[in-house]
Amino acid sequence: MKLPIYATPLERTWAWAYRAICGAIFVFLIAPILIIIPLSFNAEPYFTFTREMLTFDPAGYSSRWYDNLLTFGMIAPDAARDGNWWSDVWANASWVQAAKNSVIIGFFSTILATVLGTIAALGLSRPEMPYRKAIMAILISPMIVPIIITATGLFFFYSNPCAMFVGLGLDPACGRLAGTYLGVVLAHATLGIPFVIITVTATLLGFDRSLLRASASLGAGPVTTFFKVQLPLITPGVVSGALFAFVTSFDEVVVVLFIGSHEQQTIPRAMWNGIREQISPSILAVAAILVVVSIGLLTVVELLRRRSERMRGLSPA
Amino acid sequence: MKKLLILSTALTAAAFAASAQEVTVMSWGGAYTQSQVEAYHKPFSAETGIKVVSVDADNPATPIKAMVEAGNVTIDVADVEYADAIRLCDEGLLEVIDPAILPAAPDGTPAMDDFLPGAVTDCAVTSIVFSTIFAYDTTKFPEGPTTIADFFDLEKFPGKRGMRKGAKANLEMALMADGVPAAEVYGILATPEGVDRAFAMLDKIKAETIWWEAGAQPPQLLADGEVAMTTAYNGRIFAAAAAEGKPFKTVWDGQVYEYDLFVIPKGAPNKDAALQFIAYSTDTQRLADQAKWISYGPGRKSSAPLVGLYQDGKTEMGPYMPTAAENLTNALPSSYEFWVDRDTELNEKFNAWLLK
Amino acid sequence: MADVTMDAPAARPELLRTADGMPLKAALAAASRRARIRAFLLVLPLLAFILITFVVPIGQMLSRSMINDQFSASMPAVGQWFADNPNAAPDEAAFAALASDLAGAAEARTIGEVGTRINYDVPGTRSLFTSTGRKAKTLAPPYRDALLAIDKDWDRPDLWATMRAASTPATTAFYQAALDRKLTPEGKYERADAGSRIYVTLFIRTFILSVVITGLCLLLGYPIAHLLAVLPLRHASLLMILVLLPFWTSLLVRTTSWMVLLQGQGVINNVLVSLGIIGDDGRLAMMYNQTGTIIAMTHILLPFMILPLYSVMKTIPPSYARAARSLGASSWTTFRRIYLPQTAPGIGAGGILVFILAVGYYITPALVGGADGTLISNQIAFHMQKSLNWSLAAALASMLLAAVLILYWAYDRLVGIDNMKLG
Repeated sequence: MKLPIYATPLERTWAWAYRAICGAIFVFLIAPILIIIPLSFNAEPYFTFTREMLTFDPAGYSSRWYDNLLTFGMIAPDAARDGNWWSDVWANASWVQAAKNSVIIGFFSTILATVLGTIAALGLSRPEMPYRKAIMAILISPMIVPIIITATGLFFFYSNPCAMFVGLGLDPACGRLAGTYLGVVLAHATLGIPFVIITVTATLLGFDRSLLRASASLGAGPVTTFFKVQLPLITPGVVSGALFAFVTSFDEVVVVLFIGSHEQQTIPRAMWNGIREQISPSILAVAAILVVVSIGLLTVVELLRRRSERMRGLSPA
Repeated sequence: MKKLLILSTALTAAAFAASAQEVTVMSWGGAYTQSQVEAYHKPFSAETGIKVVSVDADNPATPIKAMVEAGNVTIDVADVEYADAIRLCDEGLLEVIDPAILPAAPDGTPAMDDFLPGAVTDCAVTSIVFSTIFAYDTTKFPEGPTTIADFFDLEKFPGKRGMRKGAKANLEMALMADGVPAAEVYGILATPEGVDRAFAMLDKIKAETIWWEAGAQPPQLLADGEVAMTTAYNGRIFAAAAAEGKPFKTVWDGQVYEYDLFVIPKGAPNKDAALQFIAYSTDTQRLADQAKWISYGPGRKSSAPLVGLYQDGKTEMGPYMPTAAENLTNALPSSYEFWVDRDTELNEKFNAWLLK
Repeated sequence: MADVTMDAPAARPELLRTADGMPLKAALAAASRRARIRAFLLVLPLLAFILITFVVPIGQMLSRSMINDQFSASMPAVGQWFADNPNAAPDEAAFAALASDLAGAAEARTIGEVGTRINYDVPGTRSLFTSTGRKAKTLAPPYRDALLAIDKDWDRPDLWATMRAASTPATTAFYQAALDRKLTPEGKYERADAGSRIYVTLFIRTFILSVVITGLCLLLGYPIAHLLAVLPLRHASLLMILVLLPFWTSLLVRTTSWMVLLQGQGVINNVLVSLGIIGDDGRLAMMYNQTGTIIAMTHILLPFMILPLYSVMKTIPPSYARAARSLGASSWTTFRRIYLPQTAPGIGAGGILVFILAVGYYITPALVGGADGTLISNQIAFHMQKSLNWSLAAALASMLLAAVLILYWAYDRLVGIDNMKLG
């Protein structure tokens, strides 16, 4: 941001003030997220910096809250830390179970959302697609409808999904999806779909459709064309859509609270319970881990975006 | 796609298969759930091989109706207050429990005579007696409030207050603070003027009050310095003071005490295991054991002599019980007759008052 | 893809035909129809999925706001009497029907439901139903006197007006309640007195807080977006990461951070106390009130303002501003007359997006909002989970949803849904 040479002294002062203001806003954006990391190493169960921490006294820091994440819920937390101890962690520690659930639910809902969403995006981006705007509006709506309305609507439906199809001759009490993994996976897929649609249609916007004709003229069928020509080119968009869908599921708590049972205890649900009652320092340790995870995800997305822009020739390499 | 569905279905099936040897108990969270885990769940699992899964709720009575009516019952046992147990049973939302399953006292006294009066109903079995009291941070008030009126006196004792987000117990305490003797509270509260009088008392501290929902919140609010005094379930304050050495003091003046009971929601997936769990957990020894972990009185007369020391091995539990003679000087037994009928409407009024 | 043979030899020059002899126009129409169907078939699985598992369930849930059979299902005889006697005052036959229904409902354990339904409109009457229900079996004619002997409230005209309104499942009562209107004894709705207008107040509060949060986001987001847009790309994309990191960080993590920062013994208060700016007993109450909600939500929604602003600002060529300056405009005038109007689409896009997300917010206000910092979503959750007045929850939800959909429509008109960008 170079100032023009005709800038007045007042403008120069303003330019510096402006930078300071921007700096302060960046601090506001980032500091609350990063502050979790040092605080999670506090040796004391306080949510602030102790004197020892500020003077970088090693005694002020400890990884006990991380240890707590492993031991909480174990059958024999005090046993010797051998293979048995670790299998106890794997099988029983509450936070490990929550992490497993989050990953399982996130994985399956991401696959479902990505497959359905990508296929639909292919249709939506065809110029001949009828009612494009209206259908797009419906498919994006899970992102816009307030989550509490989604959660309550899904709660009644998933508790008794067959009731809706009584007209088709289904038994109204044929089963339920609430309180099952399948139910949570389906619900999370619904929430993740708008992100896949948005990112994949955006990628397809920059896709040169003459490549499809070229492929067809060389004798490839539509399926071959899709897998050999189109998919490789839109992969960055599909992957970042999938990442968005995964993060949506991984971060989702309201729907899990309404339609999940204790068996589908995910990390956000465990955090929600923990925060409502008491922010134990273990919650901070979980939060710190999640911050690191999100930094990792962000890096992947950034790399993908740059790759995609390079491929579309939008930005200099 | 298809593979995915098969996989997911397999996951669901696995979850169901696992629940065959399981009983899910919904309770109030925090120190209270912890005491139940130690006194009931662990020995029950060790003895029967049935896994006990513990789930927390702010008030386990509220999810029951939603679960039963939506056809989505995921819990087997819930721990509820007396008025809720009666009301839910009246509304057909609970399984009936045959009192014959309850074991007799060690001396042979039949269970029905051993439990405190009214402690076993058609659908519910009492585990403990608990109380809503108020407590304060002794570092803020060395002299300390001593009466329930002090809780509502912001001039004498300035600072934020914490109260449960609901009508029950708050209205009674407000009337007692306004000088109503315990014996007359429900008579006055039955009249519209009495309700207005209670709300007028709450108006005095409304602006300074933080409303809690889960029983584990008040000790945390006190510890964080968010409030100077708060109403709470007595066992929570005891646990925070005894186990963590927090500077909290309980004021027993104006306490409202009642039973807490186990119930089985209609359509519970593991009803037989649930009955087994309730019979086991409410026997003489288990109820006495629970008092080792939290200061709630056992629901059986035969358990009382077995109550001894806190788990630290030195704190005598007797004086911390809601039913200790010195704590009963100005105490109110919560009236289930009153709350069974008035709970919905007074809570609605309370909620409207809160939003004003 | 292309199965139309464009270069078919024209048999008759006046009518173009394809190789198999179809008129070209018809062949093209058929091909384009096939293409449209093929495109639609690609979208169909997802559309069906969303319609079945999302749109219809929400519609069904919202229909609870207009259909409630808590009373009518258990009180058939009274319902029949109301149907037979429109506009009549209750006579002995009405009381007889009531007595038999009360006994039946008590037997079927649905009396609580019945009383709850009437209690929504006439507060303080649930206990009337439950306590009378317990004695209903012993009632004997004349029923009017017998019921009045149990409780003289059975004669209240507003009670009968409410029962008449509730005797059919279709009702507007819950929308009336959601608009703070109550039933008069004459069976008409009128505005409730000022003290009990809670939901309209709450909608207004939600609206105001969302405006404040949107305004703060704009105030904080505008300079950042501008900076990102004018900096060289390499620096900008570094700083962009600082904007995207909060975007990718779990909502609960960010809310936790703010709780840690804002609480009485939290980081901010401790810093202020140790700097001597405030006394130890004068710690600021920044949590469990509106302040907490505003601060935390502004932080959480800020990236949703910055990203659309940035994408608009990036397309604004600097030459306009230079031209204005060279024509003698001051820098303030240049900003106000040249730059600001050009960023208006970004302000609109970001503003509507943040506002839509803010009015429906649930998690953050529930955790840091306390009593006066909670929003309409929290009230919907309360009626769903705690008071179990599902019809009222549905009525409030449909009003909120209507507001959101109008905004969504405005967003579509202004920006186009397909132009929505994520990072």
